[in-house]
Amino acid sequence: MPSGSEKATVPTLPAAALDGSAVKVEDLSITYRTTVQKKPTLKKTLIRLGRGQRIVREIRAVRDVSFEVPHGKVLGVIGVNGAGKSTLLRSIAGILPPTKGRIEVHGRVSTLLSLGVGFKRDLSGAENVILGGLAAGLSRSELEAKYEEIVDFAELEDFMDMPMRTYSSGMYGRLAFSVAVNMDPDILLIDEALSVGDPRFKQKSFEKMRELCAQARTIVLVSHGLKSIRELCDEVIWLHKGRIEMRAEPEAVIDAYKHFLDIAEGDDEPAEEDV
Amino acid sequence: MAEVRTATAVERDGRPRADEFTGERHVYEPHPIGLPPLGPYFRALWQRRQFAFALARTNLRSQHFNTVLGQLWLLLNPVLLALVYFTLVEIIRSGSRSIEFLAHLMLCLFAFRLVSRSVSQGTRSVVGGGRLILNTAFPRTVLPLTAVMTSFMTFLPTLLVYAVVHGIAGLPVDANLLWGIPIILMMLVFGAGAAMMTATAQVYFRDLANFLPYATRIWLYTSPILFYTDEVPEGLKPILQLNPLWPMLGSLSDVVNAGQAPSPGYLAWSLAWALGTLIAGGLFFISREREFAVRL
Repeated sequence: MPSGSEKATVPTLPAAALDGSAVKVEDLSITYRTTVQKKPTLKKTLIRLGRGQRIVREIRAVRDVSFEVPHGKVLGVIGVNGAGKSTLLRSIAGILPPTKGRIEVHGRVSTLLSLGVGFKRDLSGAENVILGGLAAGLSRSELEAKYEEIVDFAELEDFMDMPMRTYSSGMYGRLAFSVAVNMDPDILLIDEALSVGDPRFKQKSFEKMRELCAQARTIVLVSHGLKSIRELCDEVIWLHKGRIEMRAEPEAVIDAYKHFLDIAEGDDEPAEEDV
Repeated sequence: MAEVRTATAVERDGRPRADEFTGERHVYEPHPIGLPPLGPYFRALWQRRQFAFALARTNLRSQHFNTVLGQLWLLLNPVLLALVYFTLVEIIRSGSRSIEFLAHLMLCLFAFRLVSRSVSQGTRSVVGGGRLILNTAFPRTVLPLTAVMTSFMTFLPTLLVYAVVHGIAGLPVDANLLWGIPIILMMLVFGAGAAMMTATAQVYFRDLANFLPYATRIWLYTSPILFYTDEVPEGLKPILQLNPLWPMLGSLSDVVNAGQAPSPGYLAWSLAWALGTLIAGGLFFISREREFAVRL
């Protein structure tokens, strides 16, 4: 059983090294097989079996990635589309299983991933906050205690009883962000969510994240917005085709990444704005 | 190592954090035998009970969002259906059926729907829960189990309607009625197992949900709902008895409609089906659930 072996390995590691890290990723590889057909159906499968075909594509989304994030630090993850950034984040959140390697996470994780928090459009904002929080493993009483804070932060007092289909995308994003950061997370995983709301709200979300860091909370941030990455992160990983291409101070990685983009895209100046 | 972590956590907040004692240390590794460690899994599942309940209530409400009668349809649907079938049987049997039979038909039909709706909603629960699955880590068994809860919540009010018919028909009210509780419980357990099975299968074969209404219809006709268990030809009985719902509905009709003690054979057979299906469905689901996020 994994739980047995894991207890056995812990004492052999230096306690100080482990104590400092909130997220520890060792030799992580994530491979998934996907059939070419988007929705697998019995008919298509039978036809394929009849023809003796086996159309399976193996996607190696993350390859041999290792890193650690100490408590209270912000790690940025950059890379072109399809580099494996979101897959990496989902695996840290426990949503995608590792194919190889090991992920160790210390503390309560709150996620803000690219597809929204799974809000249901017909439910009101209030109902969605409760449902999302319960799904994340909080109790109803914990949520009630945080509810005011979430609504205040999102600045949506007047809209909480309206169905979310009536929300603008900015309001939607603000609520999602507010839920994620106000869940009292030890570790916050954010995927491409910094462009929510207007510049003022963006500024506010920056400040909130800094505040979380000051409380020794840890953040892993995936973004194409190099400006946010530069401003917020203590360290940056550049993923390319599932591998770590570079891991260093934000300036150095961003410079190298921009240089890479320059070569890849000709003389177009890469935008440094948030996408 | 755990001690060191606790110390830092206490320093940080000035109070001990409950998290430290409820296992907020997660390790994700490949599962060599396909199953996660079951202890932590069931703990996490138990932790999501409020979520399951809230989701079940939401599902219930959303089913009839835009209709005038709204929630009333949860009651109207099964009652109208029962009347339709009663009319059908009356015509076929040229009006020889009594109100006792209506009581039997209603009870068994409502109980049948408890299972069939668990399965049909359970089947769609994983594929339909796409965004939630892609964005939040939680034991996925919550989803089919929620479908069973939703189905049970729809079932409860129909019991009131049945009680009225039971009273009008002048059927016995005695201690044997209490057997109905464990029988319904077994049907719930069976429904949960079946829902987990079909929910997993649906991820791989999306056609399943299209086949399901037809399968359910056949299932309805081969269950002792539109007839009593002793009314079928002897030659067909061995085949019909293979239906897991046969002993369950048979016993239910015996104890509630006829006021008899249940047949021990039927009870044992029901229990075996219920537990067997739950274990098989549960293992199938849990061993596959980590793949769902990739397959959706």
